[in-house]
Amino acid sequence: MFDTIIQLCDATLRVSAPLLLACLAGLYSERAGIFDIGLEGKMLAGAFAGASAAAVSGSAWVGLLVAILAAVALALVHGFASITHRGNQIVSGVAINFIVAGTTIILGQAWFQQGGRTPSLAGAARFEGITLPGAEAVRGVPILGPIYSELLSGHSILVYVAFLMVPLTWWVLFRTRFGLRLRAVGENPAAVDTAGISVTWLRYRAVIITGVLTGMAGAYLSVAQNAGFVKDMTAGKGYIALAALIFAKWKPVPAMFACLLFGFLDAASIRIQGSPVGIVTWLPPLVLLVTALVLLGYAKLKMLPVILGSLAAGVVAYLLAVVLQPYGPPPVRVPVQLINALPFILTVILLAGFIGKAIPPRAGGVPYVKER
Amino acid sequence: MAEAAIQLIGINKSFGAVRANRDINLEVERGTIHGIIGENGAGKSTLMSILYGFYQADSGEVHVGGKATSIHTPNDAIAAGIGMVHQHFMLVENFTVIENVILGAEGEPLLNASISKARSELQRLEREYGLEVDPDAIIEELPVGLQQRVEILKALFRGCDILILDEPTGVLTPAEADHLFRILKMLKDEGKTVVLITHKLREIMAITDTVSVMRQGTMVATRKTSETTVEELAELMVGRRVLLRVEKGEAKPAGVKLSVKDLTVKDSRGVVMVDGVSLEVRAGEIVGIAGVAGNGQSELIEAISGIRKAEAGTVLLDGKPIDVTGHADPGELRDRGLAHVPEDRHHVGLVLAFEEAENSVLGYHDKPQYLRGPFLNIEAIHADAREKIEKYDIRPANDRLKTANFSGGNQQKIVLAREIEQDPGVLIVGQPTRGVDVGAIEFIHKRLIAMRDAGKAVLLVSVELDEIRSLSDRILVMFAGRVVGERGPEASEGELGLLMAGVERQEAAE
Repeated sequence: MFDTIIQLCDATLRVSAPLLLACLAGLYSERAGIFDIGLEGKMLAGAFAGASAAAVSGSAWVGLLVAILAAVALALVHGFASITHRGNQIVSGVAINFIVAGTTIILGQAWFQQGGRTPSLAGAARFEGITLPGAEAVRGVPILGPIYSELLSGHSILVYVAFLMVPLTWWVLFRTRFGLRLRAVGENPAAVDTAGISVTWLRYRAVIITGVLTGMAGAYLSVAQNAGFVKDMTAGKGYIALAALIFAKWKPVPAMFACLLFGFLDAASIRIQGSPVGIVTWLPPLVLLVTALVLLGYAKLKMLPVILGSLAAGVVAYLLAVVLQPYGPPPVRVPVQLINALPFILTVILLAGFIGKAIPPRAGGVPYVKER
Repeated sequence: MAEAAIQLIGINKSFGAVRANRDINLEVERGTIHGIIGENGAGKSTLMSILYGFYQADSGEVHVGGKATSIHTPNDAIAAGIGMVHQHFMLVENFTVIENVILGAEGEPLLNASISKARSELQRLEREYGLEVDPDAIIEELPVGLQQRVEILKALFRGCDILILDEPTGVLTPAEADHLFRILKMLKDEGKTVVLITHKLREIMAITDTVSVMRQGTMVATRKTSETTVEELAELMVGRRVLLRVEKGEAKPAGVKLSVKDLTVKDSRGVVMVDGVSLEVRAGEIVGIAGVAGNGQSELIEAISGIRKAEAGTVLLDGKPIDVTGHADPGELRDRGLAHVPEDRHHVGLVLAFEEAENSVLGYHDKPQYLRGPFLNIEAIHADAREKIEKYDIRPANDRLKTANFSGGNQQKIVLAREIEQDPGVLIVGQPTRGVDVGAIEFIHKRLIAMRDAGKAVLLVSVELDEIRSLSDRILVMFAGRVVGERGPEASEGELGLLMAGVERQEAAE
């Protein structure tokens, strides 16, 4: 059982990392007042460009760099449309998603003739897991050993980058001059303009950061998590990242928890795919989730007590399920589609009243035009 | 003559076909308070926005402190020592005071250092000018008077020598305005130059040293304030004599048209805003409700006109009840002869994206005269709109123009024309002349008196005490959700002011 939990958590970290990068990418853009529904497209472009460059050059780092460049280029297109030309940000974002979905397949087929895939990556062309120092040595230590060597160690560099981006983003937003101006321009660009700061340049910098982070997310998918690009490999992660962003009320640390939650659902769906599951498997997570929702919604607690409380409820549910198992209901086959839909269902439920009103940055989605 | 702080020479600025500023020359003396007065749309704000680098002049020169200075961005203006307090505050509402003050003038890449520096600077400014405000308060939780103080602090923090204030008292209570004027005088004593843009003649007379008058994009005159009169300024502004006091005959009140009993209304936060108010309005009289903004007047008229649900109380219109605590339907009330000119014409009174003609029938568009079968009778609507434009002198006289392109005063006339021309028995009017220029004020006041003389009941809410006093036949004063007193139109400003400030009747008498 302990091994299962460790494995599940390990998988959660791996699938959360690209969500988190995309979510933080969206956070920079939307905090600056530019809504970005094109996270999905930029991630997909990054994944394709990264895998292609890594396949051609044989270097994962070149892949990462090209992935970032591709995503930044698209971010600049979004910026050009919505900042310089004050276009509709949703339309521009959706257009980018569509263009990328088609272009990656066409280019992939034209360049590699493998039905839209890129060649399989191996060796230096792929980001391998990093073994943290001492991971092997502590493997034998009970409980803490596996947590360190299995759960924390052995991920690709981009996973660590993703999670380090959380405190970094918090620091940038709330402790630097750039962050103050970035948040201000998303709330009231006129205040920024009259303070003598360029609204345009500030917003461009924000979308460039968005490009860099979505590029990294894409490269992670095709050059680290998988060994190459497959068409539509982002599979809605950009939209889930947006859901997580709303869920987290545009704050970095809650964004991490939201991505971990959605990542956990994803990891769980992979595990239970196809096979019928017994009460021991489905009851604890269900209880955990419901408790978390209730604690968040009705008790209005902070993050830490919510996490501890729901974990405790999960453990109790587990013990209960073990006792009940002999008399309990027969194993059920959970439709994978249901699990896949959970992030979206959850977002709707939570936004419908559990976490209170999610107020986006006030100038979000509105192009800045001087009065008159 | 003392040195000029600002000199504008031959400034021109056009927006499309509109020439907002033509050949403006202006000289502002250092260490004085200089007023710029003019009707809405006279080009005052445009001129100041050019000075602050928000717009570029098409031609002309700006001299600051005797030197020709080119100001292309607000940054250039700040560098030249010019600060501006905009009519609509340029504050980030969910930031703290200190964050707003340092925004753009942080000095350091990291916030901790710049915030602690700013903190001691703010303490110095507080000592020097009495500009007290909690640096860690969130802007949106502060009253507007304090928000404006933050704007002034922003300018001073950037080391401005010249402070421009655009219509600063529009949002302030009389007490807050007085406090602002004391601050401005203090700034003047410290050698700063203040430019005050307003359309309120009284403020100009009370505080400025020199006053310049603008009309239709041109600078028509500059006078020493001590050597001019309200009447002269008003005439210069409008280009003709205006009546500042409306002439009206005796009221001949008849039967009760509107009766409100023990009305209690809460606002959206659940705070009791109207607390058991009772009043009556008779046919042929104007009842004015005076009070400092935010004492329940808005909620009172919203409840009576069916926009806001009341908690308790009864309202009778022509003796028949209005379901104010349930589902009062503004459309049904209109049919029963209750018209409402809302306080906030932009959000409630008009659809700014619609044509003038569409707005001039909005809410009455299902009346048979505007319909042809199930469809709108476009010709009839436009003919009707043109008639109203003529009668109310709405300018520009174009019933197909987008409503957003009319000036504030003309937008207000569109709403008034729509409501008055339906010939209602009861007219509820909120802030009829807020943001409206002198010429239009006179017109609107005359229309309201005409309504009264035609035997209609008029309930008037305004924060302008002068307006209440010159129009009303009876004045009710609201404070903290209650009617704290009733006076005749002859009541003095001081007496009403004390009631508005919540001073009890006995104390007021002592």
